[in-house]
Amino acid sequence: MLSVKNLHAEVGGKPILKGLTLDVPAGEVHAIMGPNGAGKSTLSYVLTGRAGYEVTGGTATLDGEDLLALEPDERAAKGVFLSFQYPLEIPGVPALTFVRTAINAQRKARGEAEMAAPEFLKLARATAASLKMDFEMLRRGLNVGFSGGEKKRMEIFQMAMLSPRFLILDETDSGLDIDALKIVSEGVNALRSPGRAMLVITHYQRLLDYIRPDKVHVLAGGRIVASGGPELALELEKSGYDRYGEAA
Amino acid sequence: MNALSRAADWMNGGALPGRRDESFRWSDLSRILRAVPPASPPALAPGWPGPFEGLADREMIFVNGFEDGPDLALLGDEVVAARFISDAHDTGHLARLKVQVMAGASAVLLESYEGRGDKYFANTVLDIELGVGASLERIVVLDEPDGAVSVSTAQVRLAEGSHYAQTVAASGARLQRHETHVHHPGGGATARLDAVYLLDGARHTDITTIVVHEGLEGETSQLAKGVVGGSARGVFQGKIVVSHGADKTDARMRHDALLLSDKAEVDAKPELEIYADDVSCAHGNTVGALDEEALFYARARGMPLAVATAMLTQAFVAEAVDRVGHEMAREALRGWTGRRLEALS
Repeated sequence: MLSVKNLHAEVGGKPILKGLTLDVPAGEVHAIMGPNGAGKSTLSYVLTGRAGYEVTGGTATLDGEDLLALEPDERAAKGVFLSFQYPLEIPGVPALTFVRTAINAQRKARGEAEMAAPEFLKLARATAASLKMDFEMLRRGLNVGFSGGEKKRMEIFQMAMLSPRFLILDETDSGLDIDALKIVSEGVNALRSPGRAMLVITHYQRLLDYIRPDKVHVLAGGRIVASGGPELALELEKSGYDRYGEAA
Repeated sequence: MNALSRAADWMNGGALPGRRDESFRWSDLSRILRAVPPASPPALAPGWPGPFEGLADREMIFVNGFEDGPDLALLGDEVVAARFISDAHDTGHLARLKVQVMAGASAVLLESYEGRGDKYFANTVLDIELGVGASLERIVVLDEPDGAVSVSTAQVRLAEGSHYAQTVAASGARLQRHETHVHHPGGGATARLDAVYLLDGARHTDITTIVVHEGLEGETSQLAKGVVGGSARGVFQGKIVVSHGADKTDARMRHDALLLSDKAEVDAKPELEIYADDVSCAHGNTVGALDEEALFYARARGMPLAVATAMLTQAFVAEAVDRVGHEMAREALRGWTGRRLEALS
C-alpha cells in the first residue's frame, strides 16, 4: 500500500522531514506519535500535496504509483484521504453539496459514472445516522458554526462517504470529548478492511485505546526513530518523548 | 422633449461628471463620452425574454427611453417588471420612471437593463417612494454589451415603518454605474442594499449607494460581493450618513471582492458619517483572492482546481443572492450569476 522512502521535505526553506522511511501494508493501521514540531502534520500535508510543502528528496508511492507527481485531487481520486486537524469552514456550501461534488469529481477522474441524487441521499442518511449526526446539519454551510467535535465528526462523515483506500487521521482526537471520541473511533474502525490502510497521527496515546494500531512509530526530528507494537504507545505515555528529543 | 435634450438637461448644461467630481472619481464619464451623443431612434420592443421572464404580474418596457404607457407606476400587492432596453449604436437616450408603493402594500420590482447594439449611452432615472408601512423588494439585473455606457440613478424615499430591500446584479459594460440614494426617516423603517458584480474582460461597473438616516431608530444593512477577472474594474462606494438626532440607528455595511487576475482592479470606499448618539454602526471591506486553505481542502477531497474554484466562487456570491426574499426571483438570479461565473472562469 503506502511506501515512503528517505523522504525529505521543507517548508519555507526550512527542512522538516529529514529522511523519513515508512511502510504501511494494506489491511494495517499504523500510528505515528511524536513531540510537537516533529513533522507529523508536515508528513500528512506532503502525502496529500499541499502547496508550500516542498519535497527535496525521497519517494512516496501508493501501490507502486508515485504519489508526489500527482495533484492533490488526483491523489484523492486514487483513494488518499486526509482527516484534517483543523477542518475548514466553507460558508455558502452545504456539507451535502460539498461531499456530492467531491464524490462525483473523484468518480469522473476514475472514469466512473456519477452517483445519482437518490443513491447519494440514501447513503448520506445512513452514514449520518451511524455517526449520530443530525441530518439537518448537512444542509447548512460546511462546518460553519460547528464545535470542534462536530467538525471532526464531519471529517469522518466525509471519509465514510468517499470510501478511500488510504486514510490519514491528523490529530483527530484533539477537541473531542470522550463520547465524541468513541463515536468517531467507531466510525474509523468500521472502515478497517483488508483492502485499506490507515495512518493515525496523534500526540497522545488516548486515541489508540479506541483505534488499535498494528504498529506504532515515533517521529522525531523529521525521521522515524523507533517502531514497535501497540505497547510502544503505552511506554511513550509513561516516559514521554524526552529521550527522542535530540534524535535528529 | 426628445431624448437628446433630456440627456443634455440631465448633464447640467452639457458638463459630464468626471474625475473632478468626487463621486465619479473612479468612473470618469467625461473621458469616455467626450460629447453628448445624438438621440437614439425609436426601436421595436425586444423579441427576447428578460431575465425575470414569467415572474411579473405586469411588465413595463422602455425601448431606447421610449415607453408606451405612463411613466408612473402605482404599486399595490404585486410583482412588476420594468425592462430598460437599449437597442442602439453610437446614440444616447434617457428613461424616467416614477414608482410609488401604496401605504401598507407589499410589492416586488424586477428591473432589468438589457442591451442590444453597441456604444450606446443609456441614462435611467428612477424616483421611488414607499408609503407608510409599505414594502418593496427591488431586484435589478444589469446585463449590457461590452461597449455600452449606462448610468442608472434612483432616489428612494422611505416612510416610517416601511421596508425597502434592493439587490443589484451587474456584469459591467464599458462604463456602468448603478447609484441609489435612500432617504431614511427611521421610525422602524428598514433598508437593505445588496449587490453582486461579476466582471470579465475590460468591463467596468460602479455600485454607489448613499443612505441618509434622518430619524430615530432606522436600520440599514448592506452586503456587496464582487468577482473581477481580466482587466476589469469594480467600484464600490457605500456611504451611510447618520444625521444629528437619528439616534438608535443600526447600520451595517460589508463589501468583499475577489480578484481573479493580476490586472483586475477593485476600488472600494465604504464610508460612515455619524452625527448622532447611541448608534450601532459597522463596516467591513476586503479585496483579495480565494482562501488558499479552503481551496486545498476542496482539492484534497478530490475536486480539480477549476471545480473547487467554481464552487467556492459561487458560494462567495451566494451569500448575497441568498438574501433575496422573492423565491422565484432568487432562483432567476442564481441562474444568471451562475452563467456569468462560468463565463468568468
